[in-house]
Amino acid sequence: MELKRVVVTGLGALTPIGNNITEYWEGLKHGKSGAAPITYFDTSLFKTKFACEIKNFSANDYFDRKEVRRLDRFAQYALVASDEAILDSGVDLNVVDKYRIGVIWGAGIGGLETFQNEVIDFAKGDGTPRFNPFFIPKMIADIAPGNISIKHGFMGPNYATVSACASSANAMIDALNYIRLGYSDIMVTGGSEAAVTQAGMGGFNSMHALSTRNDDPQKASRPFDANRDGFVLGEGGGALILEEYEHAKARGAKIYAEVIGGGMSSDAYHMTAPHPEGIGVIAVMKNCLENSGLKPEDVDTINTHGTSTPLGDVAELKAIKQVFGEHAKNININSTKSMTGHLLGAAGAVEAIASILAMQNSLVPPTINHETADENIDSELNLTLNKPQERKIKVAMSNTFGFGGHNACVAFKSMEDE
Amino acid sequence: MSDIASRVKAIIVDKLGVDENEVVTEASFTNDLGADSLDTVELIMEFEKEFDIQIPDDQAENISTVGQAISYIEEAKK
Repeated sequence: MELKRVVVTGLGALTPIGNNITEYWEGLKHGKSGAAPITYFDTSLFKTKFACEIKNFSANDYFDRKEVRRLDRFAQYALVASDEAILDSGVDLNVVDKYRIGVIWGAGIGGLETFQNEVIDFAKGDGTPRFNPFFIPKMIADIAPGNISIKHGFMGPNYATVSACASSANAMIDALNYIRLGYSDIMVTGGSEAAVTQAGMGGFNSMHALSTRNDDPQKASRPFDANRDGFVLGEGGGALILEEYEHAKARGAKIYAEVIGGGMSSDAYHMTAPHPEGIGVIAVMKNCLENSGLKPEDVDTINTHGTSTPLGDVAELKAIKQVFGEHAKNININSTKSMTGHLLGAAGAVEAIASILAMQNSLVPPTINHETADENIDSELNLTLNKPQERKIKVAMSNTFGFGGHNACVAFKSMEDE
Repeated sequence: MSDIASRVKAIIVDKLGVDENEVVTEASFTNDLGADSLDTVELIMEFEKEFDIQIPDDQAENISTVGQAISYIEEAKK
């Protein structure tokens, strides 16, 4: 059977550098850092005392008091970002077939704060299990897509993808494939995460995964810099409306880009460490090129996973050289995590959105905070350091990799010529 | 209003996010105050905590209005 074409018709974002798509793009374009001292809890005993929190967000502006209590922050972010994307798509929910609209949403963890607080309460008690009835339904990762469908009445395929930091990239690929195969006309997809909590910070700190540059948080996320010392935890949500091309055309929808394919692979190597030769990463980009019907030289930009960890950044760039050969140095490579921090399960979605906005604006957002070249990184690669670069983008790829060795890569193509 | 009644009403206002004026004696948690099954369980647990009592499940099933909650707790605290 012939696969249907899929396009992006709506975007929504709630990120540490901007609370909607317009603000997010402004932040990306200007190389804004979202890092700051943590405000959610007392960090005096924590090794890392900063993160990329969402700023100026009050749940009460979006939800009534009862809803706020029933929604963990990761689910609040999911609803806010997806509402923006649905509105942006201009789809009239009164005329579409809601059985043909699904929601596939990524969350690496889910309601970590809910889990943490319920267990703290339990531990303070006498052992009697007096858990709140909302504990489980607030915490589970799939409650985000569940709540989106409840709010809008979407009755198509609905579930969550969990592959750590690749979660929302996997969500987008699944959403793409459901439309390609004809199961749905429209899919709401993306991801959200809210792990800036004591458990989240403490847990990642004990893995030595986080930067500890407490004296200069805004300079801490520095992918590809020789003095990088770990990732900066971020939070938020990103949403995309994927739509079958003819369906979008028929309703005269604004089209941002075509989603031309996705690649998936596993390192099959270690729980958290990337494979030193990046074999899984090589495989995922090759899979993505093949699935998208692309040749390596077609690719203009790659928004890397680039978390600012010593091992991961080098392995990913090695893999890019392996896959793209001589063309690698013609590609605008960047890491928007230098600005947003690492949004874990939401990373794939917010970074894909960054790639699409770059395409729309013919401007590649920078990899900020680069000061010292790393001798293990080929100096011929264009890492879009510190300043945005103008570029006409026909094809953009976005990489995301998760603990567990999960790799996912998505490709977007400009629709300008159609 | 008795002390118990005012504390019960305060919990309902807080947990169900409803206006204080709606929390009248005959108001049903589910039919009048918008509670679902999970809200109802949470209310019972809050009553237990606030008044330091145990409400067995088979008795909790009979507490579906504001007045029933107040009477049950007043009885239990005698």
